[in-house]
Amino acid sequence: MTIQTQALPKLAVWKFASCDGCQLTLLNCEDELMALAGEVQIAYFPEATRAVVEGPYDVSLVEGSVTTPEEIERIGQVREMSRNVVTIGACATSGGIQALRNFGDIAEFRSVVYAHPEYLSTLARSTPISAHVDVDFELRGCPINKHQLLEVLAAYIQRRKPRIPTYSVCVECKRRGAVCVAVANGTPCLGPVTQAGCGALCPAFARGCYGCFGPQDSPNTAAMSDRLISLGMADDEVMRIYRTFNAASEPFRRESERHEPARDEEALT
Amino acid sequence: MDAEMRVLDLLGLQGLIDTLRARGYAVVGPTVRDGAIVHAPIATIDDLPRGWGDDQDAAHYRLRRRADDALFGFAAGAQSPKPVLFPAEELIWRGRRTGEEFTVNEDGAERAGDEGPYALLGVRSCDLHALAIHDVVLLGRDHVDVRYAARRAGAFVVAVTCTAPGGTCFCASMGTGPRPDAGYDLALTELLDDGPHRFLVEVGTPRGEEVLAEVPTTSAPAHDVRAADDAVAWSVAHMGRTLDTDGIKEVLYANAESPRWDDVASLCLACTNCTLVCPTCFCTSVEDVADLTGDVAERRRVWDSCFSEDFSYIHGGAIRPEIRSRYRQWITHKLASWQDQFGMSGCVGCGRCITWCPAAIDITAEAAALRWTPQPAAGRS
Repeated sequence: MTIQTQALPKLAVWKFASCDGCQLTLLNCEDELMALAGEVQIAYFPEATRAVVEGPYDVSLVEGSVTTPEEIERIGQVREMSRNVVTIGACATSGGIQALRNFGDIAEFRSVVYAHPEYLSTLARSTPISAHVDVDFELRGCPINKHQLLEVLAAYIQRRKPRIPTYSVCVECKRRGAVCVAVANGTPCLGPVTQAGCGALCPAFARGCYGCFGPQDSPNTAAMSDRLISLGMADDEVMRIYRTFNAASEPFRRESERHEPARDEEALT
Repeated sequence: MDAEMRVLDLLGLQGLIDTLRARGYAVVGPTVRDGAIVHAPIATIDDLPRGWGDDQDAAHYRLRRRADDALFGFAAGAQSPKPVLFPAEELIWRGRRTGEEFTVNEDGAERAGDEGPYALLGVRSCDLHALAIHDVVLLGRDHVDVRYAARRAGAFVVAVTCTAPGGTCFCASMGTGPRPDAGYDLALTELLDDGPHRFLVEVGTPRGEEVLAEVPTTSAPAHDVRAADDAVAWSVAHMGRTLDTDGIKEVLYANAESPRWDDVASLCLACTNCTLVCPTCFCTSVEDVADLTGDVAERRRVWDSCFSEDFSYIHGGAIRPEIRSRYRQWITHKLASWQDQFGMSGCVGCGRCITWCPAAIDITAEAAALRWTPQPAAGRS
């Protein structure tokens, strides 16, 4: 029998503005959880356990975006007590679906949605974690992919570089032998401008890609939009197809704004 | 081989499939799935795309019903046999750590023949030429791809003359079709007119002759031989595209700084589809993977593409950060530097890169444009 001479690396899991789906991806690693528990000390993970081991932490997984002043302060604290910060999911890496607020008027949303908006302290924009602190690795996806998460965790445990490709979803589509839905069926698909990671899940089920993993490393979004329009999409539809989970990622934000309809007030006056 | 030509009817074709299966071959051929012709295991002639044709253009592929019951009445399918013999992802080895020891306990090369041997049914002439190119690239150099070698050595090839070229086909320009001229065990030409549904059979190897002897055939009458020649002539006349190969290498090299690269880069999505459907593209990456414990490690060979930025990454950055350089690299390799490297063109005119490019970029149009684009130096007086 070998005696554990070195302490296991301490893993913490933090939540900011998010739906918890990416944390659930970790809990859904049912077959691998025991192996993971043997390689790391799960030191802070309120979604899984109330037991808390004090920091500092070797790896902090951070889910969610920053949407309140309190979160700006808290992410600074997380950074201070973490050797490595790995952000997980579209919220943490690009601001998430809640970054749709970035295109609107937050005061107006607040007054319409909440009975007592004065109780609310919120920011005008939803921003990724990297807008506030240094991030060691960003894992994309809405939600993240289980196999990619395990690869990133294994990489940090073994102190090597994570093997997470930044090419398009089309690579995964072709590798799995799926037929291109855009070419063979005229289905609008964001696959060519979207980063791989999901295993081409939607195209394999005859749906176009929704862009859950954000822009690939060389996203030619202008050419993509021209193709979407040639497949019959209207300008406002093109705007909306970029405005989902990664609406605030730079290439998708820029492209969506190119397809904004003329504002109603301007049209009326 | 100069063996006598034979004729096979539909029952005979089923007999051929049965014979190959009885000999232990995994028969792989065309079938309809998800709105396209794809490769799949074939057990009976009912698995084949009976009565299906296709319409192909840049960024456009649609199946359509034919007026007849042709089994091979379509042009190039979504993929060539490339994924069968050169899979998108394969294990090179898997090893295990025990204490201080590390042992390789699974060798990908030993497993490579496990699924086969394959009998490839319905291989078109363009794809047959692509196989010959892969044989040079993967088997003819200092370092042989042993996994490809294992699959290829045992593979039986039943080629089929292309009698329904598509809108993006240009094998006639590349001298690679439409009639299979070499590299097959048996070659069929489907005949539907003036008589029953039948196939003219040409024998390419003694192995092919041996297999055919077990299948009921009849001697080919002269009018069937003529009908096959006519079908080929019709095919040649109905290619959807052409590519002028005259001096193409020099054209590409002279255009290294052409402004045309910016035009194509404005359209190109850098999605990699052209390379992944190309029957001759062979670029791969080697990936090392370890499980959470670090006790089990694998090395895998996966398809990669020169259109991915990371593909050209070396210390300090990517060699081809711009899309224009990636497209230039691809078409120049395909049509020009492939000739210097392997003594042949890297393009067989199957048209897949045109059909399956979601941005409708056309290699024949680009090659033609480069031929007529004034060079930057010459263009400015």
